[in-house]
Amino acid sequence: MIDIAFNHRQGAFSLDVRMQLPGNGVTGLFGTSGAGKSTVADVIAGLIRPDGGRIAIGERVQFDSARGVAVAPERRRIGYVFQEARLFPHMNVRTNLRFGARRRGGAGPGAFDQVVGLLGLEPLLDRRTRHLSGGEAQRVAIGRALLSDPELLIMDEPLSSLDQQRRDDVLPHLEHLAADTGIPMIYITHSIEEIIRLADHLAVMANGAVIACGPIQDVMARPDVPVLNDRRDAGTLLQTTVAGHFDEDHLSALRFGEHTLLVPRTERPKGSPLALRILARDVSLALEPPQRSSVMNVLPGRVQGIHPRGDGHVDVSIDTGQIIRARITRRSADDLSLRAGLHLYALVKSVAFAERDAFRRHAEGDH
Amino acid sequence: MPTPAETEALLLSLRVAVWSVLGSLPPAIAIAWLLARTRFPGHALLNGLLHLPLVVPPVVIGYLLLVFLGRRGPGGVFLENVFGITLGFTWQGAAVASAIVAFPLMLRAIRQSIEAVDRRLEQAARTLGASSANAFCTVTLPLIVPGVFAGMVLSFARSLGEFGATITFVSSIPGETRTLPLALYAATQVPGGEPQATRLVIISVALAMIALVGSEWLARRTRHYASGGP
Repeated sequence: MIDIAFNHRQGAFSLDVRMQLPGNGVTGLFGTSGAGKSTVADVIAGLIRPDGGRIAIGERVQFDSARGVAVAPERRRIGYVFQEARLFPHMNVRTNLRFGARRRGGAGPGAFDQVVGLLGLEPLLDRRTRHLSGGEAQRVAIGRALLSDPELLIMDEPLSSLDQQRRDDVLPHLEHLAADTGIPMIYITHSIEEIIRLADHLAVMANGAVIACGPIQDVMARPDVPVLNDRRDAGTLLQTTVAGHFDEDHLSALRFGEHTLLVPRTERPKGSPLALRILARDVSLALEPPQRSSVMNVLPGRVQGIHPRGDGHVDVSIDTGQIIRARITRRSADDLSLRAGLHLYALVKSVAFAERDAFRRHAEGDH
Repeated sequence: MPTPAETEALLLSLRVAVWSVLGSLPPAIAIAWLLARTRFPGHALLNGLLHLPLVVPPVVIGYLLLVFLGRRGPGGVFLENVFGITLGFTWQGAAVASAIVAFPLMLRAIRQSIEAVDRRLEQAARTLGASSANAFCTVTLPLIVPGVFAGMVLSFARSLGEFGATITFVSSIPGETRTLPLALYAATQVPGGEPQATRLVIISVALAMIALVGSEWLARRTRHYASGGP
């Protein structure tokens, strides 16, 4: 368990952060820029000393203002991957990688080769850091942090300084990282895509405070988190299992509960789990199952909640076993006389993938 | 070829300048770090004090040294009794005078290069297990090598040219404190000394040129190294 509670004032900006994160898996720390995410990372890593509070990772108390504890950053065993790679320019890649290992006694024998293999760094080892591309430099930075044998890995928008191609180069490595190393990770980003691909747990920040924190599916399903819901691509996550493929139609069938969804063909083998993101604007509602419609995915459910929005739209949460949200106009909501408990059908037009694997996403948009 | 007296002055100049530079290097790095990376009460005062030699006439520095570190000055007596070091009228005294006059030049160069090092690199080193001293030695120091060399060259050049503080503090004793500029001055003070003076001028200019070319070459080498060249 990672227990973080602190308050800190920085000029006119004040932070009051309270969150409990699981001691394993990836926690996404999400928020718009200026929400204070990087400051939280600096405080956890010990680079900023907060005005007060307590920070503990497992049994290890890193900071406790009440007891006067403030462990120096070099003794916290927290790997930190910064927005910019921050590689040491006077050392080559190999020496950069070994910097932390040398000072912390290393992550055990064979760790170096393992990390080099995991991140595909072999061909870079003898290169000078200034000859690296952005994506390569960031991979080296991740390797360097991993090799310092951390008990927690913090990544502060490691992809934000990269172009799309470089992101695609690094992202798969990150996906494997979480699964292969077993080191708990706090992944900071303002990209919902990255959150969905990487995180199991989600903490949302706004104006220096944590406004929601929990398992990603639960937090995504909450209608009252403005940073998540005030987006055009607001939506919820479904945990599904691949039930089969229809190669001729380029479709795959996904199962959750008693429901089956048809989505564009996925490479994932039958039986493997798949997290699926369904955007609220791609969901329509009907009181009866439509006849002769192009919509293939018709999910019966019950209205769990209705959340009016300021812009003439209404967000409707549908309980289909898992929560799906529909964003419809207020007029449609009135016409259907929507109310909590009403049985209806959610029509899912297209789905956005959130596959945790190393292959590229397919073109979206099935009917 | 230079005469024995000229060779003596040349070697003495070099010896004084080298010791002045080497002696002021460690304190210059330490103080430059303090001024660049920390804030403490008296920060501005210390900074101003250390820059004084840049603005007051060297004769003033020489006189103050004479008063405090001369044979009868409190500091001079202390050094004499405790360490057996005599600064008044010795070449070591000339080196101290040069070091103090040249100190702000070295300090500025090193301080600016420390300020130019991205602090975020030091932070990265800390999160990787380096103490702040270790981060300084293994990350900051290698990256400021070009600045340190620039500071050393500046202060070396300033030492070679030092006149006022030296002649006031340690006088102009042939073979002990009579460096090139002092020898040149002495030559101009005797009738018919012009040929001697001309020769000393040529030696001074040649020495300065060699130092300049050498430092340029060194600067290029270190810049290349610090920026991560192949």
